Amino acid sequence: MNAAINAVGLGPYLFVSAALLVLGVFGIFLNRKNIIVILMAMELILLSANLNLVAFSSALGDLSGQVMVLFVLTIAAAEAAIGLAIVTVYFRNRGSIQVEDVTMMKG
Amino acid sequence: MGVSSFNWAIALPEIALALAGVIILAGVVLQPRGERFQTATVLSGGALLGCMALVLVAPQGHGYAGTFVNDGFARFMKILVLVGALVAVVLGAGYRTRELRKLPFEAPVLILFSTLGAMIMASSANLMTLFVGLELSSLSIYILCALERDNVLSSEAGLKYFILGSLASGLLLYGISLVYGYAGTMEYTGLVEAVRSAAIPPMGLVVGIVFVLVGLSFKLSLVPFHMWTPDVYQGAPTPVTAYMAGAPKFAAFALFLRVMAGPFGAVAPRWQILIEAVSVLSMVYGAFAAIPQTNIKRLMAYSSIGHMGYALMGLAAASMVGLQATLVYLSAYLIMNAGTFGCIAAMRRNGREVNGIADLAGLGKTDPGMALALAIFMFSMVGAPPLAGFFGKFLVFAAAWQAGLYPLVIVGAAASVVGAYYYLRIVKVMYFDVPDQALDRPTPGLWFVSGGMGLATVLFIVALGPILSCAHQAAVALAG
Repeated sequence: MNAAINAVGLGPYLFVSAALLVLGVFGIFLNRKNIIVILMAMELILLSANLNLVAFSSALGDLSGQVMVLFVLTIAAAEAAIGLAIVTVYFRNRGSIQVEDVTMMKG
Repeated sequence: MGVSSFNWAIALPEIALALAGVIILAGVVLQPRGERFQTATVLSGGALLGCMALVLVAPQGHGYAGTFVNDGFARFMKILVLVGALVAVVLGAGYRTRELRKLPFEAPVLILFSTLGAMIMASSANLMTLFVGLELSSLSIYILCALERDNVLSSEAGLKYFILGSLASGLLLYGISLVYGYAGTMEYTGLVEAVRSAAIPPMGLVVGIVFVLVGLSFKLSLVPFHMWTPDVYQGAPTPVTAYMAGAPKFAAFALFLRVMAGPFGAVAPRWQILIEAVSVLSMVYGAFAAIPQTNIKRLMAYSSIGHMGYALMGLAAASMVGLQATLVYLSAYLIMNAGTFGCIAAMRRNGREVNGIADLAGLGKTDPGMALALAIFMFSMVGAPPLAGFFGKFLVFAAAWQAGLYPLVIVGAAASVVGAYYYLRIVKVMYFDVPDQALDRPTPGLWFVSGGMGLATVLFIVALGPILSCAHQAAVALAG
C-alpha cells in the first residue's frame, strides 16, 4: 500500500467518488434547464469512476486501474465532442436547448 | 498458449476491420461528391464480408495479455453481429433514392466502426476491453442516430440516446471500478476466483455487479431501463434503427452471457431471480405498451423490448440448454427483425417516407410480394410454426421449463398471446383494410433484404440442425 493512501485510508476516496456519482446522476435527472449542464453532469460521473479506479489501483498496488483511467479519459473526450456536436445539430433544427423542449416524440 | 502470451493473430478480424474503416473513410473523401455514398457502401459491405471470412479462420485462444479471447462463443456472436451490420449497410443503400438523399456517406463507415466495437465486446476477457468495445460501439451509434441533420426528430433521437446512453456507460464504468477494487483484478479469469473463494462475496463486489448489470440492461433496452427505446427507434433513420435493433443488442447479449455465465456463474442462484424479474417485466411491458401504437417503428421498439425479455429467459434458466436456446433465439430474431425493417424502409408514398401502420392499408392488393414478406415476419414474431421465431421461442420456453421456472414460462406464453394481437393487426390492415393510395415500388436493395430474409425465415427449419450444433459448441465454450 502506497504512502498517500496510507495517510487517510481508502474510505474518504470512495466517499468522495460516491458523492460525485450521486451529484452527477441528480444533475441529469433533476436538471430542468439546460442540456449543457447534463453534459457537465456526465463528466462528473466518469470522473467519479476515475477517482475510484485510481484509489483502488494505489491501494491494491496494481497498475491496471491507472491504465484504465487513461482509456476512460480518452473516451470521455470523444464523448464530449460527440455530445456537443449533437447538441449543435439539435439547436440548429429546434432553436433551443432547453430540456423541457426535447419532447417532439412521446407515447 | 499461456494467458500471458501476446498471440496477436486472434484479433485478426478486428484489426482488419479497423484498418479497412480508416482506409475507406480516407479514400472516399477523395472521390467526387456524387459517388461517395455508393463507394463507401460497396467498400464497407466488402470489408464486412471479408471480416466474416476472417472470423471463421482466426485462431482461437487467449491473447493480448489476457484481455482478449477468441472462442466458439465469440465466433458465433461475431457472425451474428456481422450479418446484422451487413444487412443494415444493404438497407442503407436501398433506402437512399434519388428523391430521398438522407444518409450521408459516413453512415456505412460508422456502421462498420460500431460493428468493430461490438466484436471487441463479444471477445472481451477483461473489464477494460469490455468498456472500450462498448464505448466504440455506442459512440458510433450516437452519431448514426443524429445523422439526418435537417430532421428535428433524428437529432432529438440522437440527443436522447446520447444522454441516456452516456449515463448508462457512466454507471457501468462505476460498477467496473467497484468490481476492480473489491476483486483486485479486471480479468474475467481472476474474477471467477475472487467470486468463488469468498463464502459471501464482499458487499462492494455485489454493488459493482449490479451497476454493471444496469449498464448492460440499458444497452439491451430491458425494462426498467427501456425509456429511450421508442423515441430513438422512431426518430433515427430507418436503416440505423434496423442496425440498432440487431448488432449492438447481440454484442450486449454476448457480454451479458459471458459475464453472468463466466465470472459470476458460481453465484447463479443470487442473480437468477433478478434476471427472471427483468425478463418477466420486459415481456409483459413489450406486449401491452405496443397495443396503442400507430407508428410502425415505435411498435418495433416495443416488440424488441419484448423479444429481449424472451431471449433473457434462456439465461434465467442458468443451464447449458438455456444458453443454447438464447443463442438460437437471437439468430432467429436477427433474421426476422432485419426483414421487417427491410419492409419498413420500403414504405414510401410519392418519394416521401411514411411510417404509420395505417399506411399499410390494402398492401395485400397493391403490392402482394411485400405484403407476403411482412406477413411472414409478423407470424414469425408471434412464434407461429414452422417459421424461425417459433423455434427460438420453443427452445427458450423448454429450457426455462426444464429449469423449473414454471411461472416464467406461463407469463411468457401469456405475453406472446397478447403480443400476437398487435402483430396480427398489421396483417389484418394489409389484407382486409380498404387500400389507400398505393406505396411506391421498393428499390432493389430493399427487395433483396426483405425477400432474402423472408426466405430465411421460412427455411430456418432446414438450417436448424447446423445452427443448433453451432449454438451448442458456443454454449460449451462459454460454460464448459
